[in-house]
Amino acid sequence: MNHPSHSESSDRSASRGSKWRWLHRFGSPAWMYGFSGRWAPRFAVVSAILFVIGLYQGLVIAPPDYQMGDSYRIIFIHVPSAWLSMFSYFVMAVAAAVGLVWRMKVADITARSIAPLGAIFTFCALVTGSLWGKPTWGTYWVWDARLTSELILLFLFIGYIALHDSFEDRRTGARASAVLAIVGVINLPIIHFSVEWWNTLHQGSTVTRLDGPTMDTSMLIPLLVMFVAFNFYFASVVLNRLRSRLLEHERKTNWVREVVHG
Amino acid sequence: MTERGSRGLSSAMIAIVRRDLLISLRTRGDILLPVLFFIVVVSLFPMSVTPVPELLQETGPGIIWVAALLATLLALDGIFRPDYDDGALEQLSLTPHPLSMMVLAKAIAHWLTTGLPLLLVSPLLGVLMQLPYSAIQILFWSLLLGTPALSLIGSVGVGLTVGIRKSGTLLSLLILPLYVPVLIFGTGAVHASIIGLPVTPHLMLLGAFSVFSLAVCPLASAIAIKISVS
Repeated sequence: MNHPSHSESSDRSASRGSKWRWLHRFGSPAWMYGFSGRWAPRFAVVSAILFVIGLYQGLVIAPPDYQMGDSYRIIFIHVPSAWLSMFSYFVMAVAAAVGLVWRMKVADITARSIAPLGAIFTFCALVTGSLWGKPTWGTYWVWDARLTSELILLFLFIGYIALHDSFEDRRTGARASAVLAIVGVINLPIIHFSVEWWNTLHQGSTVTRLDGPTMDTSMLIPLLVMFVAFNFYFASVVLNRLRSRLLEHERKTNWVREVVHG
Repeated sequence: MTERGSRGLSSAMIAIVRRDLLISLRTRGDILLPVLFFIVVVSLFPMSVTPVPELLQETGPGIIWVAALLATLLALDGIFRPDYDDGALEQLSLTPHPLSMMVLAKAIAHWLTTGLPLLLVSPLLGVLMQLPYSAIQILFWSLLLGTPALSLIGSVGVGLTVGIRKSGTLLSLLILPLYVPVLIFGTGAVHASIIGLPVTPHLMLLGAFSVFSLAVCPLASAIAIKISVS
């Protein structure tokens, strides 16, 4: 594959200050296409290796929990998903804000590429949480503070995608949904805090928390491995989605024609 | 800003509030329909759930607050939609005054025409839901402190969706999750007063959230309108 050179305008802006040159390149769709094409497969390989190690350690080597037996093993999926659900909302909001302020097309597209992935991680965290809840709490759903704020996070992701896609003009959609993402990121801590407060007021701690006893290293290591694996997976998938979106957005430009036709 | 400039700003804001109030008063449905909706929704619950007084007392604050949320949502589109359709919103964004203050004036007018009427009928609904007298008082105060935040946050949502044709369901999807803190603190205050716990922390948090919305929402809403109008 030939690596397309970036467009003239971004070249000119990049040459203004060589200190920021590396940053300006991220604003060029053509450069970003090549960059993500180089890194997405590498991240995918790293994440696959770590997944194999983490799952083997977590499902085979780690001993069963003295209280929960084998059912705790869902933690190796649940906790990384929950972390990534919040992390991806944050990254999405930052990318959307960069796109809004500096009118950077690549940032807009990045934010939109992250959104569905974030929604899926949120959904995974909710589903694995409820499946884990059945054997340990005796019910699929508890109106626990964390579950509730995770549910609201899912609504925020869906709202972002729905708003982004309901404009005919893509730039307007990107800018409007960026405002929503920023408002959401300001509100998330308040929502989380209020939900936590509401829950403790109403039900007290009826839910036994896992984080009471300190975790054994034999369980902690696979969790950390899975955590890193999830992050690499996230980076790889986001870059891949970004690539296909870039091609679609820029389909009328010369560099895309070069990429497609040879 | 010079003194003359700031006087111009306040008179512009007053003019907007007066204009919106006049329009609402002349099309009477604007004010009456959300209130009627509020009353009808609340009165459906005893029929569908149960008319047992203890249970109504338990669920009443939540039902009244949710109904107030939905009634606000119903009237929310009216903040900017008519002005967007006839081009007044575009003119408003071209005035020398900061658009955020113009938006604030419109949110104030919206609160006066929807939040305030809901507030005034809420004691009646409290009686229907068998709430004790002290709880009805707290319900009134919680609505007084909470409904401004509903109008302010709502103005951001309408600003974002005003350029889209059929935006009703989208608006509710965007706005309702952001209303969660108001709902929690509002119902929390009434519940606390029923079971005899201190009420002030809930009301203070509710007020804090409203003040925070007052600081942030007009700015966000102005940015949203600039995006929608362009």
